[in-house]
Amino acid sequence: MDNFLTRALIGLGRKVTSRIWRLGFAARFFLAILLESGTALRRLNLTIREIYFTGVLSLIIILVSGLFVGMVLGLQGYDTLQRYGSSEALGVLVSLSLVRELGPVVAALLFASRAGSAITAEIGLMKATEQLSAMEMMAVNPIARVVAPRFWGGVLSMPLLAALFSAMGIFGGYLVGVQLIGVDEGSFWSQMQASVDFREDIMNGVIKSFVFGVIVSWVAVFEGYDADPTAEGVSGATTRTVVTSSLAILAADFVLTAFMFRGV
Amino acid sequence: MSQESLVEIRNLNFTYDSRPVLTGINMTIPRGKVVAVMGSSGCGKTTTMRLIGGQLKPTSGEVRVAGKVVHELDGDGLYDLRRRMGMLFQFGALFTDMSVYDNVAFQMREHTDLNEAMIRDLVMMKLHAVGLRGAHKLMPAELSGGMARRVALARAIALDPMLMMYDEPFAGLDPISLSIVGELIRKLNDALGGSSIVVTHDVQESLKIVDYVYFVSEGKIVAEGTAEEIKSSTVPYVHQFVWGEADGPVPFHYPSRSSYGAELTGRAARHG
Repeated sequence: MDNFLTRALIGLGRKVTSRIWRLGFAARFFLAILLESGTALRRLNLTIREIYFTGVLSLIIILVSGLFVGMVLGLQGYDTLQRYGSSEALGVLVSLSLVRELGPVVAALLFASRAGSAITAEIGLMKATEQLSAMEMMAVNPIARVVAPRFWGGVLSMPLLAALFSAMGIFGGYLVGVQLIGVDEGSFWSQMQASVDFREDIMNGVIKSFVFGVIVSWVAVFEGYDADPTAEGVSGATTRTVVTSSLAILAADFVLTAFMFRGV
Repeated sequence: MSQESLVEIRNLNFTYDSRPVLTGINMTIPRGKVVAVMGSSGCGKTTTMRLIGGQLKPTSGEVRVAGKVVHELDGDGLYDLRRRMGMLFQFGALFTDMSVYDNVAFQMREHTDLNEAMIRDLVMMKLHAVGLRGAHKLMPAELSGGMARRVALARAIALDPMLMMYDEPFAGLDPISLSIVGELIRKLNDALGGSSIVVTHDVQESLKIVDYVYFVSEGKIVAEGTAEEIKSSTVPYVHQFVWGEADGPVPFHYPSRSSYGAELTGRAARHG
């Protein structure tokens, strides 16, 4: 019994210390990315290429998802608002839900699944096929040449994708609310315009999506760089990217919301 | 360090997870020579090469390249040294998102201010040297194993390195590609006037092209000499390795704690 307890405690201790060690490594890796970002910012074509792969190629899933989420918001929102005789406020409900919460959060979750996993797999496979070692032997720092452009590509893409998600969602809400159900078009847009504050709502949403972009990109490049150089290792790293970044997005969303909208 | 030596390894020890990988290694790689490091898989050959390239740090001892102790160099110093080294990885390690042309041009674009016209001429020269000028537009996925190895070779010599390192350059090649790569290693070394280290377990092909051989077994140098000396060596390990004999000091069986008979009996007892 004692032996079992000792073994269990040792196992638990090992797991905890290994997690802490990994977290420390991830923090140092993040610092290294920031220090080595000169190449990514000086040679903008490297970062623009990554914006294409992570941002532009994620457009379809973001736009289609945004449209459907907006349409569902339109249906659900109308159903609730009409009970209180304020169905004209549908535009406000749809737009605030999207720009404050759903736009940044859902777009980030989709971004983690679509682009984050791709970044991890790409860097992990580069490691497994010794491309990163080859780069190091050619006196080229892989963090500067491979990791930093992908990180900044993701960070810059995220707010743009979230904005497009919200815009598409509002359009979806308009289609359902105004075109399908028959909410007054003038009220829909004018109440939205009067109620959505640029700094309080839109800018806070942009800040959120920027933070989510940092989280997803950091997790994705770290997991790829730290992946075991085997097929199993890369597959595990890809899964960890989606799980870790999704949980981190939701946790960060709570913290950011608590700070941003506490007095509203 | 002698004037003629480009690489000198002295009393090198390397331990990984408290397991000794290399013990008391001493090697000299003279300028202008092709030197092979041979031994069976897992004997520490590739580790030796990674220590020379500064990708690993020795537990004790030192590796000097061009007079500099590699593990004492800082990041910039190490990168400066690596710019004068070339390395061919076992499976080429070509950048899969770049064409053959861009792979070879990679170092020129990263480390020089040459204009694109000049880079184009140099890339074509390097590809011509490995016989693949016509393949410059292909992507790595479109190349055979032998072609990928030759493109990687062209990329490794892009900046005319003083030291070339080859990690298993003959592994998995057909006889024609094998012979071509072997000849290229020798010709490029002579043309560049540098030194080459070939880590391999392909005895027959490498003995045709190298000037000197070190035999490594279980992390120690067990024999060294010229190709002729190695061929006529009476050291049991070297003799078994060079002539590919099944019987000799290298056992066929992985070590087991119990005897074959005892295991059979035990198994019979469990099933019976």
